[in-house]
Amino acid sequence: MTSGPESKTPGFGLPGSGERPLSQGGISGRTWPPGEEGLRPHFRVLGIESSCDETAAAVWDAEAGLLAHEVFSQFDLHRAFGGVVPELASRDHIRRLLPMVRTVLEAAGTTPADLRGVAYTAGPGLIGALMVGAAVAESLAYAWGVPVIGVHHLEGHLLAPMLEPEPPAFPFVALLVSGGHTMLVDVEGVGRYRILGESLDDAAGEAFDKTAKLLGLGYPGGAALAALAEQGRGGRYDFPRPMLDRPGLDFSFSGLKTAAMLALRERPLDEQARADLARGFEDAVVDTLVAKALRALEATGRRALVVAGGVGANRRLRSRLAEAAAARGARVYYPRPGFCTDNAAMIALAGGLRLQGGERAGLALRARARWPLDELAPPPH
Amino acid sequence: MKILALDTATEACSAALLLHGEILERYEVLGRGHAERLLPMVQEVLAEGGVALAALDAIAFGRGPGGFTGLRIAAGVTQGLAFGAGLPVVPVSDLAALAARAAVHHCRRHVLACLDARMAQVYWAAYDCADPAAPVTLAPERVSDPGDIRLEFVAGPGGQTPSECPLRFFGVGHGFSGYPALAGMLGSRLEGFDATLLPHAREVALIGATEAAAGRTVAPEEAQPIYLRDEVAHRR
Repeated sequence: MTSGPESKTPGFGLPGSGERPLSQGGISGRTWPPGEEGLRPHFRVLGIESSCDETAAAVWDAEAGLLAHEVFSQFDLHRAFGGVVPELASRDHIRRLLPMVRTVLEAAGTTPADLRGVAYTAGPGLIGALMVGAAVAESLAYAWGVPVIGVHHLEGHLLAPMLEPEPPAFPFVALLVSGGHTMLVDVEGVGRYRILGESLDDAAGEAFDKTAKLLGLGYPGGAALAALAEQGRGGRYDFPRPMLDRPGLDFSFSGLKTAAMLALRERPLDEQARADLARGFEDAVVDTLVAKALRALEATGRRALVVAGGVGANRRLRSRLAEAAAARGARVYYPRPGFCTDNAAMIALAGGLRLQGGERAGLALRARARWPLDELAPPPH
Repeated sequence: MKILALDTATEACSAALLLHGEILERYEVLGRGHAERLLPMVQEVLAEGGVALAALDAIAFGRGPGGFTGLRIAAGVTQGLAFGAGLPVVPVSDLAALAARAAVHHCRRHVLACLDARMAQVYWAAYDCADPAAPVTLAPERVSDPGDIRLEFVAGPGGQTPSECPLRFFGVGHGFSGYPALAGMLGSRLEGFDATLLPHAREVALIGATEAAAGRTVAPEEAQPIYLRDEVAHRR
């Protein structure tokens, strides 16, 4: 768990950043008294994330950057069940969210009067978990008389590297790799996304977790598998590189998981052989991700690659991508490891950019279990 | 006393504003769609009453038992409104609110409130609703099989032992339609029932006002649902 003021992130050169007067959306009770505008000099936003098994809140300021953020992972709550139990996740979110909002506002030295909006994750995710964030965020915004917006969780991940001191500039290609998603997206600007390819079955992180389970590494064991792979020797297990032999930018990882299962069944493995297998598995996933990411850069002509999502924290993936991209004159951007996984900083940022762009949500709580990324549109301005 | 009340515990979605003894209300039976309607209802009753959120004395909400996701909609919205406007919160039992509603609609005093809890169970409790704004609990709320409702354990108002208790109860709630055999099981302890009434923010507001006047309020983050059913997953 982290909290407290963060290093200053510069505003990232969006036209009118922090200056544009907000057009109010005709919802009475949401309009500020005239003249109060001057009391809110910074474009400062509260962000809320509750789409799965992490409760998070953050305060982001368009000029000063991230002011405070906090994440609570429900890992221990779900471990005994071998997976996330949606009802337990929702019950925990509603206990923790509001105290966390109080904490980040205090850590950011921010009063409600300083806020220019509230952003919350509106999907995709667990519907009951999303609903908690939506209910708290929408009603806070209503009570404070500020605009509110429901953010697409993956848009948060795509834009998360913009929280770092050297943010990427649009356009870029994003490789989004997590337990729930594996996709390549061409990003021209906020809300201008074209999906270049995605996983046809398991997400990369899901394949990591499932293979880790086969190796008896517990749940979720993706990170433990990566750690075990560090002890492994390359080339001992030659797993298939799924779909590399085919054109296109889609992924498939379920066959790889099956190959790992068959290798495990073949004979009992000692500790070194288990590590070798983990290494072989990781190499196959990383090779596939790297090859497809390079193909995407080639296909689009982009020079910047953003890597986001939980698997984006994988060390081997990072070093292989850095090498491969540098060889082609492209640069790779990552969020800090803590922002690869679910967090509210990225939601505050993405929502803040959309609010600055004049987008507003109404009084309906928005929570969508499924929400295709390419349904998004840019904000009005 | 100025109280805003919310309820989304069942297929009904409602908001009520108690303003110096008068009640303004919105009530719709939705099934789904509570998430879309609740805040607009709040805005409507506040606008109709011409009162600002921050000018209220407290926010009351139906804290359950009921549908889990619905309970969290009312609780979450209550948390945000109360924290945002600096107001205290009054959690109100949905079974008590439903009993109070039946008491008013059917002119009864002793009410057994019984909601369908799915999984072949019911949420139930029994109340003395002599004052519908302050139901007195005779049998505390619990979740059980319909056949396990035991009114003979309810002590009488005059201090009679449970077995001597002369009370007969009026039943209310969709527990009676979900489990048609229930009325028969209760036999002579039941003097009729209404399976159609649903909890309503009106009674949540009235009971909430009584509680708030007695100083029984909580902080916004303590606006938490009471689920009654806590076995929701199986360990592997």
